[in-house]
Amino acid sequence: MYRYDEFDHKLVADRVNQFRGQVERRVSGALSEDQFKPLRLMNGVYLQLHAYMLRVAIPYGTLRSEQMQMLAHIARKYDRGYGHFTTRQNIQYNWPALDKIPDLLDELACVEMHAIQTSGNCIRNVTSDQYAGAIEGEAEDPRIVSEIIRQWSTFHPEFTYLPRKFKIAVTAHKNDRAAIKLHDIGIVVKQNDAGEIGYEVHVGGGQGRTPFVAKKMNDFVPKAKLLAYLEAVMRVYNMLGRRDNSYKARIKILVHETGEEEMRRMVEEEFAKIDASEMLTVPQTEIDRISAYFAPPAFETLPADSQAFTQAQADDADFARFVRANVVAHKQDGYAIVNISLKPIGGVPGDATDAQMDVIADLAERFSHDEVRVTHEQNLVLPHVKLDDVKTVYDALAAHDLATANLGLISDQIACPGLDYCNLANARSIPLAQEISERFSDLDRQYDIGELKIKISGCINACGHHHVGHIGILGVDKKGTEFYQISLGGAADENAAIGQITGRAFTEEDIVDAIETVVTTYTDLRADGERFIDTYNRLGMAPFKERLYD
Amino acid sequence: MAQHAAKGARFQAVTANRLSDGEVVYFSADNRWVERFTEADVADGTEAAEALLARAMPDDFEAHVLEPYLFEVLEDGRFYKPASVRETIRAAGPTVRLDLGKQAEAKAE
Repeated sequence: MYRYDEFDHKLVADRVNQFRGQVERRVSGALSEDQFKPLRLMNGVYLQLHAYMLRVAIPYGTLRSEQMQMLAHIARKYDRGYGHFTTRQNIQYNWPALDKIPDLLDELACVEMHAIQTSGNCIRNVTSDQYAGAIEGEAEDPRIVSEIIRQWSTFHPEFTYLPRKFKIAVTAHKNDRAAIKLHDIGIVVKQNDAGEIGYEVHVGGGQGRTPFVAKKMNDFVPKAKLLAYLEAVMRVYNMLGRRDNSYKARIKILVHETGEEEMRRMVEEEFAKIDASEMLTVPQTEIDRISAYFAPPAFETLPADSQAFTQAQADDADFARFVRANVVAHKQDGYAIVNISLKPIGGVPGDATDAQMDVIADLAERFSHDEVRVTHEQNLVLPHVKLDDVKTVYDALAAHDLATANLGLISDQIACPGLDYCNLANARSIPLAQEISERFSDLDRQYDIGELKIKISGCINACGHHHVGHIGILGVDKKGTEFYQISLGGAADENAAIGQITGRAFTEEDIVDAIETVVTTYTDLRADGERFIDTYNRLGMAPFKERLYD
Repeated sequence: MAQHAAKGARFQAVTANRLSDGEVVYFSADNRWVERFTEADVADGTEAAEALLARAMPDDFEAHVLEPYLFEVLEDGRFYKPASVRETIRAAGPTVRLDLGKQAEAKAE
């Protein structure tokens, strides 16, 4: 994993001191709220319904054990004993007091963490595949280029006041687990026929009020040229992105209104200028230096199979279920990727208590080469667990309500904080996720239904990714009352698609029954081996709509 | 953001978040920011509501609270209650964590 150098340490320490002074001046009255608000937002501090909210960056979703321990400590000392893992692979605290936040940030800095650029119209935290460096079939560990982008984009003076926020995601695998086509820029690390590593760059994806799947701008940007190419995209956006209407300010609107070809031409023109200067050509020595941080851990040479692992599944049906749903093959013989669901039946999606975070940190230290990952689907991952140890890890997880065997199933839902916490929300998301989870709590039924991704947002900003849920649910406000609109057929993977709205919205009382109607329509009509999304893509909206509204 | 006050609302109160910790607060009849909705001053009619908001926003209000605004309340027998789901949740706490927010503090007393 990447470790701060002296410049990183100084940068973060200086920023905390600067923010401490800004908070003091706000509390003393020297700064007005209008003056202070953009400053606090640049440091990840929002004002929500009940209190301030602090969003802490977790670059490309990778944490060391000591960092997870610190997140637990922060939850205990400065918050209410829990944190909320988000769809941007970050963590949010819902109750910190403003005057204590500088101290909190000081403690975070001790473990090389911060909240910089987790808000505001800048380049946000770079996200990536949670299985990076652990899954077979990657062209290269995507965290290498993610870290290069992080360093380039942190405090980039030209891109501090963009027309709107800007999000970049990276994958290096044919199965996209980072939703790269729903980002302002999505990057696929790939190898060309000559065996060289480069980047396929997609631009203009996003959700919110006007969802778009990103357009492929360049099929192969050479490794050393990526920053020059990204700078070119950013520069075109910064010059031409709309600043007169925040609803039309994202790069997706620019790409849509300009047209893919013209956008590509402008980017290439800018790229040629930047490239000619060679100012942003990344030196091989620097690529090598950063790559070294992501070298594979010291795996043991082990047989591909583990007798203990196999026997434990035979002896313990619950463990066998956990393995079936939550354990994924590792690229290294004798190891596994262990997913930790933060979606217990009836729980709050993405929430973890301080005690749970401590347990996970301890397990990562003892059994996963000190690493934890955060997923954009609001779960956690222990990426490098020996097969021989999976049962021990499972037992520890189960003892702390962290072993729900539902990964990718109907109860593994994304839900934004919604009207229970969020100042922008129109409706609650979490109670709905809880009710759906309870309705489908029977694991055998969940396995029978198979892969089904429900994503719930409490407003059109789509933090809960409802546009790309196989079943998406959007909360809307009608004269102070919550209603819920269903969309079907969305996808956030390599076949990214925006879901289509079924029709009129449902009341809070009727929405869970409506979801059940959608699910039973699928199970009634599916062909052998079809997942929900396959059946929807084969049959379209008509049969679902008919059962929902006739 | 969801609408706070419906047009034509008869009864309204003023709320904000406290500067130091973001706590939800209400403006009271004796010109203080208080934590309990039940202690909020309630204005009857548009003119009274505007006067209430003006009282809540003297020159130095930003030293204490953020973004005061009017919101609709309804008569509920002898008492008042927030009209919208949003303000009901602000007045109580998250509906998914009854151990947090004002609802928890009220229980503890």
